[in-house]
Amino acid sequence: MTEDLKVIDAEEQEIIINMGPQHPSTHGVLRLVLSLKGEIVNKVEPHCGYIHRGIEKMSESMTYQQILHLTDRLDYLSAHINNEAYCLTVEKALDIEVPDRVKVVRTMLDELTRLASHQLWWASFGMDLGGQTCYFYGLRDREHILDIFEETTGSRFLQSYNTPGGFMADIHPNFQKKVKEFITYFRKKLPEYDQLLSGNIIMMERTKGVGMLTKEEAISYGVTGPSGRGSNFSCDLRKLHPYHAYDKVKFNEVLRTECDSYARYMVRMDEMRESMNILEQLVDNIPAGDFAVKMKPVIKLPEGDYYQRVEAARGEFGVYIISKGEKYPYRVKFRSPSFCNLSSIDLMTRGNKIADLIAIGGSLDYVIPDIDR
Amino acid sequence: MPFKFDFYDFTSFTQWVDWALHQACSPFWATFWEMVIVGIVFLLFYAVVGLYLVLAERKVCAFMQNRLGPNRVGPWGFFQTIADFIKLMMKEIIPIRNADKFLFMFAPFVVIIVNFLALAAIPFAKGLQPIDLNIGVFFVMAVSSMGVVGILLAGWSSNSKYSLIGAMRSGAQIVSYELSVGLSLITMCVLAGSMQLSTIVENQADAWFIIKGHIPAITAFIIYMIAATAEINRGPFDLAEAESELTAGYHTEYSGIMFAFFYLAEYINMFIVASLATTIFLGGWMPFHLPWETFAGFNHVMDYIPPIIWYFGKTAFLIFVIMWFKWTFPRLRIDQLLRLEWKFLLPISLFNILLMALIILLGWNIGL
Repeated sequence: MTEDLKVIDAEEQEIIINMGPQHPSTHGVLRLVLSLKGEIVNKVEPHCGYIHRGIEKMSESMTYQQILHLTDRLDYLSAHINNEAYCLTVEKALDIEVPDRVKVVRTMLDELTRLASHQLWWASFGMDLGGQTCYFYGLRDREHILDIFEETTGSRFLQSYNTPGGFMADIHPNFQKKVKEFITYFRKKLPEYDQLLSGNIIMMERTKGVGMLTKEEAISYGVTGPSGRGSNFSCDLRKLHPYHAYDKVKFNEVLRTECDSYARYMVRMDEMRESMNILEQLVDNIPAGDFAVKMKPVIKLPEGDYYQRVEAARGEFGVYIISKGEKYPYRVKFRSPSFCNLSSIDLMTRGNKIADLIAIGGSLDYVIPDIDR
Repeated sequence: MPFKFDFYDFTSFTQWVDWALHQACSPFWATFWEMVIVGIVFLLFYAVVGLYLVLAERKVCAFMQNRLGPNRVGPWGFFQTIADFIKLMMKEIIPIRNADKFLFMFAPFVVIIVNFLALAAIPFAKGLQPIDLNIGVFFVMAVSSMGVVGILLAGWSSNSKYSLIGAMRSGAQIVSYELSVGLSLITMCVLAGSMQLSTIVENQADAWFIIKGHIPAITAFIIYMIAATAEINRGPFDLAEAESELTAGYHTEYSGIMFAFFYLAEYINMFIVASLATTIFLGGWMPFHLPWETFAGFNHVMDYIPPIIWYFGKTAFLIFVIMWFKWTFPRLRIDQLLRLEWKFLLPISLFNILLMALIILLGWNIGL
């Protein structure tokens, strides 16, 4: 639709710029077509599909165990949560009740994933705003979580640790000790984040009052997760529709009423604290028992359609499976949070500056493979 | 208290070189060879300072970011930037379609030439100053503000929108912040009573101007550091190349040695800015002296440290401060940047000049 060069509309004096697919702060291969009037952004048009792998279609020719490994590749930063969402759907369809041990460990891994994801978000948000040191602070602490994952799940990034009915293997004996160590470590390090970025006057200037998204708009655009909660939209599925062991732990749903980028920032910062609270409550209370339910080698879901949604690090992640009672699903649909969150970027950015677009994009925390699937 | 140790004076050495050349050949050729020698010395100085500031920045930023920084090429990565420079020299310069070729090639040189001119007026030690103009401060300001021409040319001729936006930002930014830089330097010229850089340094023999001028001098120093950081397009004011917004701003389209020129120029600019701050606020090559008689012994001890070490030590410290800014602060937005200048720094600078003039009229400054 646009050529890279010389697209200057004589009447409107707008410059059309392609931000992406290769751009340092679109966090991947996202292409945003901007209409600029000087520094002011008149319109943002996100063009997705640069990393579309057809995961939903591929799923139709794969067995239920195989599909699991594709769910990692959606939102790779909350790979574990995606795994679980899928497993929960299959378990729901088969009417399996997983052991308590699995439930608690899944909750813990969930929260660790959320922490790791938020750490990386903080790191890249700082970098989007131009404070590059943040990136290394975030990654430094994320490394500790990845070490825990490595020991227990055998993989640092795309774990695929879950399987319908439980886990592939039991947790590592060091798991509890490592998690405790991490909590003491990170409780000390989190104030550093605040010192470096949260309280910085430039950071506040850049984000306060920028990218306003009212509660009504958040609901109508389907903006969920921390981004929605920054607009005072109570959408934490861990509270609203508890799954795993979330009904057994005490935690607060973090809500902010400012509706701007800074609110979304603060929601994530507070969520990191809440996640650590959840971990603390569970780490000593992992019940003994089996780590998985005995499953048949070939899973066939009974005919019907099944939906399960969970709170991923970026918002509501849903898995919808239609089964015709065969080895393969008839149709699989993933409701990815980043896709819906991205759709609100035009609304938030109009009339703001280019630099604001970057700050807003950072505060939405989208992951491109999650958008394109 | 005058500067006592003539041992560290370079004047006799430079005069001897001049005399020897005049003995050896005619006045024309003597001048010619002098220019060649100064040129070569400056080229080497430029390259060494530029390259090692790049290394220093990488080490400083690594230190701030829990990393080690370059550590493979030589001890502590000592030859890393030299290797980088050789690589950049051998890289292809990618010609841009529809770009204005002449201006595209010309722009880096504008930036470099401006750098050289500004560097020429800086007194590194007593007698170690290429040109001692009687309007030295004015010359450095005038010349360094020409750097924006190179940046604008680069942005315009690249025929890339990112470059253009970067160049426009940089234009607005440098033109604005020039005012504060100028005003804060003028404040100090009021105190020094001269614009000649060598005189300014010698006037600080009993105490640095930042001590002599106390409140207005410190204010001017802070304003100068902020405005100068903005003028050389460094973080948190690096909007012209805002990596996360404009990929690399005005030098997005440059490659190879042309890019290296911009890159080196950025660091030399930083060096010039720090040098000027050293010269005008922190006594240049003058040792640290206190203006009171009780400190005579202390002042005497300070004299034993060679002026060249004083000079580079102070400059290095200021450069570290500028790097520190960059690696801890996020970047400002263009409207906030301009607001900071026009609504805060400029009025404060104007008031500061008035205050300085009053203090000098009333004789409230220390020392003189």
